[in-house]
Amino acid sequence: MSGVNGTVGVTGASGAGTEQLPRERIAAAIRAPQVPGEPALVAFLTAGYPSAKRFREHLAAVAAASDVVEIGVPFTDPMADGVTIQRSSQEALKQGVSLRWILAELRAMQRPAAPLVLMSYLNPLLNHGYARLAADAAEAGVCGFIVPDLPYDEGEELRAALERTGVALVQMVTPVTTDARLAQVCAASQGFVYAVTMTGTTGRNVAVPESVVDYLVRVRRVAGHVPVCAGFGIRAREQVERLRGHVDGVVVGSALVEVLERGEDPTAWLRALRAHG
Amino acid sequence: MSMVLPEPAERERLLADEIAGKFPDARGRFGPYGGRYVPETLIPALDRLEAGIRQHLHARDYQAQLNAELASWVGRPTALSFAPRLSAAWGARIWLKREDLAHTGAHKINNALGQALLAQRLGAKRIVAETGAGQHGVASAAACARLGLPCTVYMGAIDMERQAPNVGRMRLLGAKVVPVTGGDQTLRAAIDEALRDWVSDPSGTFYLLGSAVGPHPYPYLVRELQAIIGREARAQFLADQGALPDAVFACVGGGSNAIGMFHAFVPDRAVRIIGVEAGGRGTGLGENAASLSYGRPGVLQGCYSLLLQDEDGQIQETDSISAGLDYPGVGPEHALLLAAGRVQYESAGDDEALEALQECARLEGILPALETAHAFHGVRRWARANPGGRAILCLSGRGDKDMPTLQRTVLA
Repeated sequence: MSGVNGTVGVTGASGAGTEQLPRERIAAAIRAPQVPGEPALVAFLTAGYPSAKRFREHLAAVAAASDVVEIGVPFTDPMADGVTIQRSSQEALKQGVSLRWILAELRAMQRPAAPLVLMSYLNPLLNHGYARLAADAAEAGVCGFIVPDLPYDEGEELRAALERTGVALVQMVTPVTTDARLAQVCAASQGFVYAVTMTGTTGRNVAVPESVVDYLVRVRRVAGHVPVCAGFGIRAREQVERLRGHVDGVVVGSALVEVLERGEDPTAWLRALRAHG
Repeated sequence: MSMVLPEPAERERLLADEIAGKFPDARGRFGPYGGRYVPETLIPALDRLEAGIRQHLHARDYQAQLNAELASWVGRPTALSFAPRLSAAWGARIWLKREDLAHTGAHKINNALGQALLAQRLGAKRIVAETGAGQHGVASAAACARLGLPCTVYMGAIDMERQAPNVGRMRLLGAKVVPVTGGDQTLRAAIDEALRDWVSDPSGTFYLLGSAVGPHPYPYLVRELQAIIGREARAQFLADQGALPDAVFACVGGGSNAIGMFHAFVPDRAVRIIGVEAGGRGTGLGENAASLSYGRPGVLQGCYSLLLQDEDGQIQETDSISAGLDYPGVGPEHALLLAAGRVQYESAGDDEALEALQECARLEGILPALETAHAFHGVRRWARANPGGRAILCLSGRGDKDMPTLQRTVLA
């Protein structure tokens, strides 16, 4: 493990002088969002998109207005993603972005204060080797992983490996997850519970009907002490407002990727999602 | 070769468990391979499918309905034809299991019909399917028409071009064919897109997966529905020859005709089993679709198996003249049979397949599919080393759909 322990690589105010594990940093950041009274913002960008050269700059700009940053590791077959993230993944791959590249970038850069989570399909992680992944992630300041094609039942091996360096494996739940399963998945989820708002792929606009709010309330009750963040299809201030009070945080992905794609200011766009009193 | 085979004792244990019917196990695994690597949204749908299989697949009324349809609509049992002139030319005695004579022209109908009947019993409102060569798409469209189920087929844009006749057939059979322009625009991208469709409506939609790949329970379900090929062939050969063949052959892409052909013969240890993958135009990464020959273990589209991938775990684009074999992964049971040392997997290149296809057409009056042509090359190679030996080849499909490719190549 080359002298790596769970707290190496922690930068910024939230980690200073504490013995917080990486996974604990995620929950702490969600519990104490930048804008009090508003849901925490978990902001997603595909690493190296629209430009590998400007990755560090984009990461800093996104982190400036969010509580947790989710960095997408591009994969050739993003089966849970809609057209935007399919496009950003393909383009990032063309620019040579890989898990190794991302970890090297994070090691080399001044990392933001917001905890970083990697979103990756399983195969790049499997290919890296779980033991090495846990060590490399902690060293690069990565606090957790979201793996959309690794359901709870298949996650034991990765969870055990990440446990060694205190890195979280965030689990997802969906509106069709049964009650019995919801309890199991929430109990296993670290950092936060990722509550998928709908059945479908990322990026489609959702109206957040009453049934979705009911579902989120149910997830939150079951999740207990683990924060719950709602994601998939969150694009606008109205949705965030509608979800306020029912979740601990919201995940914005495709819409933010599109903002970066259009060359607009991600910090300003993210700030506009929350009411600033 | 990239995969390190297990120790002999471990191989023997895997084979004994496979023969004893212990795979897939409770976690949906064939030894180390298989499993369920899907978005959480699909877990309840896979659970329902698994429960539906347990309730219906081997139940008397489902089996009676399936067998009646197989006999009267599909045209089973398919013939086992001796191939006298090919045998004379190649030096071994060769029999052909004629899946090309099954309705819609390939083995795919066995699975499509079986799954469509299951979908109907499970109350599905619509069917989605993917297709590479178009054979599974046509079979699904036909089965859905027969049962009155709406059917949507995802097909890569490149495949739509090289298998144009099948696109028209699907449309005539009432299916909606959706071109997939993302990803590699072939079978793999079509599966990704079908999965995305299914994720959007996991309760009302039934995903009719066409090969022995994907998350559990699909590799098991497809094998069970295709195993009729080997069961018939074995019985037909025994009745005709009073003995078992020396070898059986099938082409392997995802591996559904192959697992169907091989399954009944796995316990017959004296019978050599040979799977032939698409060797494309070379042995380098990206030049072929031979995942068992050149792949490393990994997860793609729901299952842990052998994959063609680069050093970062990105899935490699494949190359084969045959759309149906053009897939970077392979069914988990084939990965197991390789690990257990029971099946020998080799490859045939584009040119070798085209040559074998022409010989079969000229000498036997049968135009096989380009996929099947790879298996013909395997038999030809084996025959040279085993003169007088007796082999059965799974003639998985007819080649009419390949006319655009053949016009551009051997007829040009």
